[in-house]
Amino acid sequence: MLRDQDRVFTNLYGFDSPYLEAARARGDWDNTKDLIGRGRETLTKEVRDAGLRGRGGAGFNTGMKWSFMPKEVSPGRPHYLVVNADEGEPGTCKDREIMRHEPHKLLEGCVLAGSAMGAQAAYIYVRGEFYREAEVLQRAIDEANGAGLLGQNACGAGARFDVYVHRGAGAYICGEETALIESLEGKKGQPRLKPPFPANVGLYGCPTTVNNVETISVVPAILRRGSGWFLGLGRPRNTGTKLFNVSGHVNQPCTVEEEMGIPLKELIERHAGGVRGGWNNLLAVIPGGSSVPLLPKAVCDSVHMDFDSLAAVKSGLGTAAVIVMDKSTDVVRAIARLSRFYKHESCGQCTPCREGTGWMWRVMERLADGRGSIEEIDVLEQVTRQVEGHTICALGDAAAWPIQGLIRHFRPEIERRIAEREASPNQRSAA
Amino acid sequence: MSAATPAPADGTFCFTPENEGTARAIIAKYPPRRQASAVLPLLDLAQRQNGGWLSQAALDYVAQYLQMPPIRVYEVATFYTMFNLKPVGRHHVQVCTNLPCWLRGSDAIVATCRKHLGIGPGETTADGEFTVSEVECAGACVNAPMVQIGDDYYEDLTADSMASILETLKAGGTPKPGSQSGRHSCEPAGGVTSLTSTPAVQRFLEKKAEGNR
Repeated sequence: MLRDQDRVFTNLYGFDSPYLEAARARGDWDNTKDLIGRGRETLTKEVRDAGLRGRGGAGFNTGMKWSFMPKEVSPGRPHYLVVNADEGEPGTCKDREIMRHEPHKLLEGCVLAGSAMGAQAAYIYVRGEFYREAEVLQRAIDEANGAGLLGQNACGAGARFDVYVHRGAGAYICGEETALIESLEGKKGQPRLKPPFPANVGLYGCPTTVNNVETISVVPAILRRGSGWFLGLGRPRNTGTKLFNVSGHVNQPCTVEEEMGIPLKELIERHAGGVRGGWNNLLAVIPGGSSVPLLPKAVCDSVHMDFDSLAAVKSGLGTAAVIVMDKSTDVVRAIARLSRFYKHESCGQCTPCREGTGWMWRVMERLADGRGSIEEIDVLEQVTRQVEGHTICALGDAAAWPIQGLIRHFRPEIERRIAEREASPNQRSAA
Repeated sequence: MSAATPAPADGTFCFTPENEGTARAIIAKYPPRRQASAVLPLLDLAQRQNGGWLSQAALDYVAQYLQMPPIRVYEVATFYTMFNLKPVGRHHVQVCTNLPCWLRGSDAIVATCRKHLGIGPGETTADGEFTVSEVECAGACVNAPMVQIGDDYYEDLTADSMASILETLKAGGTPKPGSQSGRHSCEPAGGVTSLTSTPAVQRFLEKKAEGNR
């Protein structure tokens, strides 16, 4: 188990105050000026060497992403850091805890990441529903401004750095980085075609990097303790600590910071009080938020919670939001519920997603009742392949993957329902 | 994507002097000539002033305020689900029914709303006090099931605790937001399994032990 001294989020549960004095006592803002003084190249290299992979789901090396920003700031084209706090992937509630309990880690991370990419301003895009979280964050910003940690001559390092909170208004798609930028510019959140990438043409047409809240918030710890410390935790290529959300059919749902690569079974049993009714009552787990394919119990027995281990079993770490389903779960209806979610959240821009999400949801609803034919399962699978990879952003993929996972692991259950319904004519006439 | 369409034109709308000041401060967060960035916060401000919904007049006012073509503001107002384009009850009860909440009994929460308010999702009580909506994941999944009422989250709900929240609101009271099961926040309900060596958690554990004595 991860030792407490290696945990980054020591006030994860909010037993202590989120505000400046208590945050300083926890080690935040400790000589940030010296860290900034190391310079752009050194900061970026340290984070890249630590192997920090984006905590928003894609898992791209963060230092590498920063290095895509132009080396020089050209006149009239300021660089921007945009923090993605539009947390909305079903199962995911980790950034919320950072914002309401550890806001100063996020703000210090903004200053450091900002200096590593030559930015003088950061916008934190907080989902609109997180009103109270945005309040805490704003108060923390006001405190930091008052203490000279932000604003003119931030941390006394000689440069201006401002952080602004921008609240969204209810749209899952704005968690996609280019949709988020569109939304921040005052438009509908419809993703942009890439290239150009935000590092060249982002917010207001200026070089921009979009990073997740958790990614930015662990940066101060990496710079203080060194990339070697971060590399020493987790597994090769999957380093450091990670916030995990364990929800669904466990005895004690919770959020916990653990070492990357912890076995799924250990995570559930040690921290979440085990599966309701015992490990053998487990049916399946969605290991990384609603977008990743589910895993049947046999895989859950031994899989490790990191990017590469989960990709190897055709799923993904995503946001590390673990949704546990015990044997009482109607698994077809569960995935149908996710299909309804993606249909609701499709931005309507690309035809395969706009039409496909609705189509897939309607078929899933029928299959959940056993209304359909065996051949339709293959048609559904084929349609998911037509949507996947044929849209501007990954929402189409995210809508396709849960269904593919269901068919891969639970096809007999879908077939059983169809057969059962066919064998019972009364039900058929009632439909 | 929100499916709503704006209600027909009605009356006039204008920011109060206080909100006018707030609006100016919001616009100042963005670079010069980028005031369109303020459209989401300004629509939110207008909605709060207008009793929880945006009339056509309010949309047009915000468009004019930000020097945006009205159609751009309509596009935004119809895209984001938090903008209500018709009146809603004084208490907007938004029940999350997405997977993590559903696994832990959100059906019973919807049923409790039906039983205690006499309305289902998408409906408003005749006295205009309550609107119930079904919403997608609100991001409090380890505290499922949950509802959002106004700006506050009510978490770790059961049919009983939901009923008591609704009855408190009906009686004009203010229910306590957050976990309804006695949890502090998102720690395991049975006791913390990490951070036990940190001073804050030790203080919490000591307090809890005293309470148990």
